[in-house]
Amino acid sequence: MIQAEGLKKRYGETVALAGIDLDVPAGAILGMLGPNGAGKTTAVRILTTLALPDGGHARVAGFDVVTEAPQVRRNIGVTAQNATLDEMLTGRQNLVMIGRLSGLHRADARNRALSLLEQFDLADAGDRVLKGYSGGMRRRLDLAAGLVTHPPVLFLDEPTTGLDPTSRVRMWGVIRELAADGVTLLLTTQYLDEADELADRIVVVDHGRVIAAGTAPELKTKIGGARLEVTLNAPDPAAVGALEPYVDGVIQVSHDGRRLRAPVRSGDGLATTIVRALDEAGITVDDVALHQPSLDDVFFALTGHPMSEPASGGEDGAEPSDAELEVALP
Amino acid sequence: MTVVATRLAQAVAPSRRHRLVRQLSNVAVLTGRNLVHISREPLQLSDVTIQPVLFTALFVYVFGAGVVLPHGGTYASFAIAGMLALNLTTSAMGTAVGLSDDLNGGIIDRFRSLPMWRPAVLVGRSVTDLLTAVICTFFVCVTGLLVGWRPEGSVASTIAGLAIFLFFSYSLSWGCACLGILSKGPESAQGVGLVVLFPLAVVSNALVPTARMPTVLRAVADWNPISAVTAACRQLFANPNPSATVHSWPMQHAIVTSLVWSFGLLAIFAPLAAHLFARRTRG
Repeated sequence: MIQAEGLKKRYGETVALAGIDLDVPAGAILGMLGPNGAGKTTAVRILTTLALPDGGHARVAGFDVVTEAPQVRRNIGVTAQNATLDEMLTGRQNLVMIGRLSGLHRADARNRALSLLEQFDLADAGDRVLKGYSGGMRRRLDLAAGLVTHPPVLFLDEPTTGLDPTSRVRMWGVIRELAADGVTLLLTTQYLDEADELADRIVVVDHGRVIAAGTAPELKTKIGGARLEVTLNAPDPAAVGALEPYVDGVIQVSHDGRRLRAPVRSGDGLATTIVRALDEAGITVDDVALHQPSLDDVFFALTGHPMSEPASGGEDGAEPSDAELEVALP
Repeated sequence: MTVVATRLAQAVAPSRRHRLVRQLSNVAVLTGRNLVHISREPLQLSDVTIQPVLFTALFVYVFGAGVVLPHGGTYASFAIAGMLALNLTTSAMGTAVGLSDDLNGGIIDRFRSLPMWRPAVLVGRSVTDLLTAVICTFFVCVTGLLVGWRPEGSVASTIAGLAIFLFFSYSLSWGCACLGILSKGPESAQGVGLVVLFPLAVVSNALVPTARMPTVLRAVADWNPISAVTAACRQLFANPNPSATVHSWPMQHAIVTSLVWSFGLLAIFAPLAAHLFARRTRG
């Protein structure tokens, strides 16, 4: 339902897309994962006919996004990242307006607005002006606005960015219901758990390129097993050497030399083995933790840089932030 | 796949309605949207309600005390056509501001992703402005009647005079639409509009007879489209019209000239606005 080949787009000197290929079969959910500025929104804008590609081509619902844009528009619903609703109208007026502009008769547009407001838990707020809506309500209405004409293909550009955890989970529920209805969905997100949770397939995008594609488990196996985190009682350069036999990749060491992080292949009794090895090397261990890999780790393994900006914080953070980690090659 | 097939058919079905009907319906929907905006913030209308009342009363009482018309008549009976000129010209800028607002907000992306007739955004805006121009005309006329203005011609020719002004204002609003599309934001659209339109409205026969203006200003005033429309309107109102004695072609043929200007502005600016709008919303 969505196919793209070699999509390219530049804005002045900035290359937004350096050639992206996508293929989303009917009824599937594709998660497009990447940090800010990776090119996700540009890709969505091209696929929804809001921007023209400089190179490559794409088809949505069987129609070319450049030469058959009107037909594409008739088959898609879009929920963009920035507010694309009318702040001065009520929720209901917004939905009716969109229905009428999409070619529905007045009565049909009204009925559709009513059922969408109910479906999205907005029936009570339907006659309030949008200015008074919370972030979560606005997002839900934005999503409802994309569904007015029952489009078979839906684009959601960061549908949960800026939402509180409760609204986020609620939004996920709504998206899952849509998927159950057979809608083909392309969803962009900066949240790894979101892609993990919702998408059938994930493409990881960075600097306008697809750097990896596959299902969440496939991507996770790409970087092997679990992630090890060791906190030493005192910094000890020998620790890297002691860990080396169990590690499957690079060992990151924090600036104070006490905390080490590395990917490992999970196995029975691995934690015990590691503690024993460090103990035999005369190193005192305060803490050992084994985490199952997250997509964050996948992103780091693929790009060599962390997915999200490290939070600025004090020294007392329990987790070493990526900024203070150095990479030591084993 | 069958589910998808029926969904596709369902989504395409509404497009079979006649094209023109759909275009008109799009325009009506967007005009309605603009009117809801106005109803939410009625103060937006101050430039077509409070301002005309204030200008008309102020000019009649302040200027009226000092301006002596060359061929007699009261200033109030002379001034109302001029007040229409001043108020309708400045209120035409509403198009520039409104369009600029839409184009710089997120809503335009929503419109662009819908299977709608895009120029409806432009046409809906111009229709809204025609409606507010009617409100403006109403307030100028009512205030005029209160301060002593009387149309002396027939009802039909008085209505024709008002129609000539509304037509001119409508054409001008397409020029303002171009400005709104080209501007970076509503404030700059309003700023540029004011700098162009306000002097144009003042250097004309709208507020004072042109006879005593310095030669250069007088030439500008006599060929100014706003002068032609104002003179045509005075002629149709059968109000004092000192321009009738000015020996320039436009002042001698005020009605024809004003219609030519209005058609000309519309013929140039409507396609230009459509072109600029298409370019700005292409991506």
